[in-house]
Amino acid sequence: MTVRDQVWTADDTSPSEIDAAIRKLLIDFHAENEGYWPARVLNLVCVVDREWSGEIANRLRGVGRYHASRTIVCAVDGRRTTLRAKATIATDSEPKPGEFALLRETIVVECGPRHLEHLDTIVDPLVVTDLATVVWSPHGHWDALDSLRRLAQVVLLDSVDDPDIDAALHRACSFSDGLYVVDLAWLRSTPWRERVAAAFDPPALRHDLSIISEVNIRYHPDSLVAGLLLLGWLATQLGWETTRLMTRGDAFSGKLKARRQDVQVTLEPQPIGVRGLAGVTIQKANGESLSLDRGEGGLRAVRRRPSRPEHAWTILGASRGESGILGEGIRQALLRDPTYRPALVAADAMLHR
Amino acid sequence: MTTVVQDNPLTEGLERVPVHPTTLVIFGATGDLAKRKLLPAIYNLAHEGALPDTFYLVGCSRSDMPHGDYRQLAVDAINEFSRREPDPKVLDALLEDVRYVPGTFDDESVYARLGETLDEFDERVGEPLNRAFYLSTAPEFFPVIVEALGRAGLNDVKGETEVRCIIEKPFGTTLAEARELNKRVLAVFREKQIFRIDHYLGKETVQNMMAFRFANSMFEPVWNRNTIANVQITAAEDIGIGTRAGYYDSAGALRDLVQNHMLQLLCHIAMEPPVRFTADEVRDEKAKVLHAIPPPTEDDILDMAVRGQYTSGVVGGEEVVGYLEEQDVPEDSNTETYVALRLFVDNWRWAGVPFYLRTGKRLARKVTEIAVTLKPVPHLAFQQEGSIGVRPNQLILTLQPNEGVSLALAAKIPGTRMRIRPVNMEFLYGTSFLSQSPEAYERLIMDAMRGDATLFTRNDEVEAQWEICDPIVRAFESTPGPLPQYEAGTQGPEEASSILLPGDEWRAI
Repeated sequence: MTVRDQVWTADDTSPSEIDAAIRKLLIDFHAENEGYWPARVLNLVCVVDREWSGEIANRLRGVGRYHASRTIVCAVDGRRTTLRAKATIATDSEPKPGEFALLRETIVVECGPRHLEHLDTIVDPLVVTDLATVVWSPHGHWDALDSLRRLAQVVLLDSVDDPDIDAALHRACSFSDGLYVVDLAWLRSTPWRERVAAAFDPPALRHDLSIISEVNIRYHPDSLVAGLLLLGWLATQLGWETTRLMTRGDAFSGKLKARRQDVQVTLEPQPIGVRGLAGVTIQKANGESLSLDRGEGGLRAVRRRPSRPEHAWTILGASRGESGILGEGIRQALLRDPTYRPALVAADAMLHR
Repeated sequence: MTTVVQDNPLTEGLERVPVHPTTLVIFGATGDLAKRKLLPAIYNLAHEGALPDTFYLVGCSRSDMPHGDYRQLAVDAINEFSRREPDPKVLDALLEDVRYVPGTFDDESVYARLGETLDEFDERVGEPLNRAFYLSTAPEFFPVIVEALGRAGLNDVKGETEVRCIIEKPFGTTLAEARELNKRVLAVFREKQIFRIDHYLGKETVQNMMAFRFANSMFEPVWNRNTIANVQITAAEDIGIGTRAGYYDSAGALRDLVQNHMLQLLCHIAMEPPVRFTADEVRDEKAKVLHAIPPPTEDDILDMAVRGQYTSGVVGGEEVVGYLEEQDVPEDSNTETYVALRLFVDNWRWAGVPFYLRTGKRLARKVTEIAVTLKPVPHLAFQQEGSIGVRPNQLILTLQPNEGVSLALAAKIPGTRMRIRPVNMEFLYGTSFLSQSPEAYERLIMDAMRGDATLFTRNDEVEAQWEICDPIVRAFESTPGPLPQYEAGTQGPEEASSILLPGDEWRAI
């Protein structure tokens, strides 16, 4: 919760004026109390439709502690021909004696369509040099994103946002060639990937990775991409040869070639209240299976083994919610997961090859 | 024959490495530490999805109560002390199967019932689970519990599972006790099964000291006796002993903080770079530092150790009582609430560099820091009037309250003359990372369940720490009072300056 802020606004302004204004605001804060310190973690550049910028601001407010230290919002207004800017420096706490309070900077630049092709020249003077820069364009504006490529190290995407799955996968593949892609659809699958990995982690069970015979993945009807990414991850990490999946109604199915046998895979939508994965069942050739489904207080796990009683239990973990996922996306911009791109390429291949 | 364990390719890229399914048993499950730290830490791990896929919790303590009452005690403790507001669904799921085994720790039937509970969980899952026994009791029960676990056959592994024993501090109150405790514990568990807690090692900033030293090339060239004049390690508190008189009056500042935490900090500052970041390679390097510190002789102690006791004074604008007036403190107590030591690390890198350690209650403010003071420049061309002048560079590693690193440099004061004053170059941990540091206990519980002992103290480290402190403890105990005194809210006793080498001075707290 913001307890104190300082705001500067200007019409018909320029990036150098905005930069000077934010420097002055920082100096003013520091002069008032030396305990105010600017956070220096990463730059987040958002390109949004002006009419929906309030919704994006709300989403960013909900990310908890995972704020970018400087957020630059480029709000695109179809009628605007000059730049209008509002720079805010805010803090969530007053510094106590001997302690410090963090400052966060938000710059909202209202711009017009004519600015998008060279948006980089507007944003470049406003990012903090030497910090990682993440770009996020939740309302499309891919031309603007292309222009920002040279400034950015990371692109934040949500592949399930785009109803055109082909386009979403192609775009993610294209961005991942040269930039690090943080895909919120991928992050939603993290607990599932952790649990599947854990199920095969005891040394005695690692051999069973080679006898997986069936995989059934269930997903929210809007989240086919999440299912494909999970399957792509299994396929690439376990060395399965991917083939194009066949459609059967809303479901997809196919056979992937593992070293020892084919793996029968199915992906099917399941109505659930939240986006992302709904469940996964992994069947082994020895008749054992593990199912994970969403449940109260975590994932509900069921293990079945021939001639032994079924064992069901809860794998503990709180839901992060959509705000938590966005916050996690910002945090992940400072890390690197080498398994996403291969999973993405495999997912794309299973849909198109 | 060596068994080759196949890699698990599914763990690549995951931030959290899977932990084998585990049953965690807390001895002293109704105690203060369990309620304030352990249960909230376990909840937070559950909330984040960090606990093993299959996890059971068993409490064991003297109070007689049914499982349901213990569940309620745990709920209340987590609600009161968790660093985040608990999610009721996760909390319910975590404590759904919690068990409580009441009884005194010397009662063999407790361990039989405990064994039955553990077996029941194994049977429910259909395979043996790892077992971790957390000894969060008064220290006199450590050997009692360990030996009873051994007699009950609960110390050994079944198949590929592991049994681990986590032991809280203090690990002995003298060298002889520490050796005896090690002997008794090692008669039941192997060293790789034992995890001696020093919760300071679970703090992010302590771990960051290694990253700071060994991931940056700029410090190594100056990190030696040629450039460093002295090192000061300070753990100052502005609070008194509160309601801990029973423990504190028998321990004192030396046992409470120096013997464990502060010597570990010294190790992190003075150790050589380990070849790999593995438990034994890190601990080998720390043990070498401890072995390089000569234990003081009786004659040395007057010259290298000072103790003190606070009297009444004013802290934060409030009048506070002196130590002897604190609740439950004997009026003739000789227990030190302040101690300062000068130690040397006699090795190639550090010979001749004094390491000053000081800790105390009711000091001017709360701060834990390590100050590395560099030698002054050999010649100064700008000795100008009207300036504070040049001071030796100081590198300050602050652990609390503001985790960070600060470098004191000399800079020119703007103007026509060459006037110099010290300035600080600051790095504040909180400004540069998005993640909130987990509580030390969260990290340590996970590491123990995972079997990673890097952040735990090995038997030889504990004994080496006691070899340094034991002569001082004995000298303190055999020297009659009254102790040097210091007013609450000040820098400590004036006598503390007597252990400084000529030219050295204490950094202001």
